[in-house]
Amino acid sequence: MEIIVCAKQIVDVSDIKIDDKTNEPILKGVDDKISDIDKNAVEEGIKIKDELGGNLTVLLVGPSEATENIKELLAMGADRAVMVPWDGSSSYDVVSKIIAGAIEKIGDHDLILCGEASLDLFSGQTGPRIAALLDLPQITYAQSLDAEDEKIVGHKDVGGKVVSIESTYPVLVTVTKEINEPRLPSLMDILGASNKPMDVWDAESLVSDDLQPGLETVEIKGVPMERKKIVFHDDLDESIEKVVEKLAKEGVLG
Amino acid sequence: MNFELTDNQKMIENMVREFAEKEIEPVADELDKESKYPTEILEKMAPLGLLGIMIPEKYGGAGLDAVSFAIVIEEISKKCAATGVVTEVHNSLVSWPIIEYGTEEQKEKYLSILAKGEEIGAFAGTEPNAGSDLGSMETTAELDGDHYVINGQKTFITSGSEAGVLIVFAKTDKEKGHRGISAFLVESDMDGFQVGDIYDKMGINANHVSELFFDDMKVPKENLLGEEGDGYKIALSALDRGRIGIAAQAIGIAQRALEESVEYSQQREQFGRPISKFQAIQWKLADMATRIEAARLLVYRSAMAEDKGGNVSKYAAMAKLFASELAVDAANEAIQIHGGYGYTDEYVVERLYRDAKITEIYEGTSEVQKMVVSRDLLR
Repeated sequence: MEIIVCAKQIVDVSDIKIDDKTNEPILKGVDDKISDIDKNAVEEGIKIKDELGGNLTVLLVGPSEATENIKELLAMGADRAVMVPWDGSSSYDVVSKIIAGAIEKIGDHDLILCGEASLDLFSGQTGPRIAALLDLPQITYAQSLDAEDEKIVGHKDVGGKVVSIESTYPVLVTVTKEINEPRLPSLMDILGASNKPMDVWDAESLVSDDLQPGLETVEIKGVPMERKKIVFHDDLDESIEKVVEKLAKEGVLG
Repeated sequence: MNFELTDNQKMIENMVREFAEKEIEPVADELDKESKYPTEILEKMAPLGLLGIMIPEKYGGAGLDAVSFAIVIEEISKKCAATGVVTEVHNSLVSWPIIEYGTEEQKEKYLSILAKGEEIGAFAGTEPNAGSDLGSMETTAELDGDHYVINGQKTFITSGSEAGVLIVFAKTDKEKGHRGISAFLVESDMDGFQVGDIYDKMGINANHVSELFFDDMKVPKENLLGEEGDGYKIALSALDRGRIGIAAQAIGIAQRALEESVEYSQQREQFGRPISKFQAIQWKLADMATRIEAARLLVYRSAMAEDKGGNVSKYAAMAKLFASELAVDAANEAIQIHGGYGYTDEYVVERLYRDAKITEIYEGTSEVQKMVVSRDLLR
């Protein structure tokens, strides 16, 4: 089983503050990391590899310093990494084309795993776009997977009903964070990661199309949340009643 | 000169931070309040290699450097200083002397057990009348055929009641003062080994600190660590490494105090604005952050002396002295920033304050650290 997991480096969104005046996110001093759900995809890939045998390659298109973070995925258990440094447009259509080009260059692939979306912009477009570019069937938002040698079944919860989708290989699957708990690498795994192969490929060489984005992110702003600063001065029971009433009126409570 | 951690050290920091957030933080308050030893946490740490940080790979450890060790201890201590010191003693005071002074047989037998976390280690040096003055210890070891017979008692032993492998110091020659001290590898199920009282303490409550009694405890001759009379040298060199760990633990406490203070000061409003807008608070935060950065550099400096060769004693003493006093001050300021709430057990800064104080005392008081540093200056 040849497995490729696509991963993205993002800024740690939990660490982002919004500038009071401009309402823009302050990115200075915020650490980079691998998008959390991509780690779920790596974890699922490792489990499938352990069960069915094969190789797992992690593929990352992004800033060149992401080589530091990609090593974490090697430490988790990936066999090999392919890094495509790309500081150009981060538009989904452009990045998907580069990823698809890299997958074609990798060659053999039975299963391509992606996180359902990255935690920074959460478009959820990249996985399906890659499937379309490579003309592959896709299973999206899988919350659990049953992988066998000849086929794979993905299960997802849709409005309280479990929908199961079966496909033969090759196939692209996007997973949600519910699918598993990504493992922490041990100190020994971390040391071993440095000895695993990492190829660095030039993005331009992977894509014959021009890499002009068809999409443009116009702006990213914080959602303003003003405190209402309402204080209730009655005794405790009355105050609780009024708080509940107020919250209900605001639509916060059922 | 390079102030950057290596890629591996950054990955180790991230891994341990994530582990501590997931596995330690949610239970740390309960362990403190109920004085529960962190057995389950240690069981989860073992497969990650955190109980064999510096133990060579051939004995099942990770074979890492002292800087990585300091990183691990800081991250664990940020969430639970008691688990931090248990980990520190296991990895440095117990494992390190075996790596450095053990025979091949001792290494194969004990390092593999310690690295896998099958047994936790303890370092039994302190006695009721022998604290900073280790040379005045009264515990004795007499050779009797194939065994040493050890009699005496120890006190304030971290993990004393839980450890399965201990390094016990005893006098093989009472006439020779500190040169008559020897070190022994002891298993807690040896006849004559007995655990006394577990102390009720001000802080680091999850660390069980106990008395130990040895009543005609028979220890096989081959469990002598180093040569007869090497005990004092072994203890002091182990404590040098231990102090790197205690300094890292202190930084973990101080860093947590800072992070809690930054967060609280931005939320707490008085006089119509967050208290972080007041210069009185801003200066406290700036002082804490500056001293933490300086302390961390001192810890890495001492760890690099260990890794690359250098005066470990001096730098480790400086690091421990500076970092432990910082931990107490930072926790104190954190409570001040939290005001009345900080004095209650609803906020973690109260625990940090209780946990911080011991870092100025164990593994050599601040006064002893000053002795070590000044002795180096006035040689």
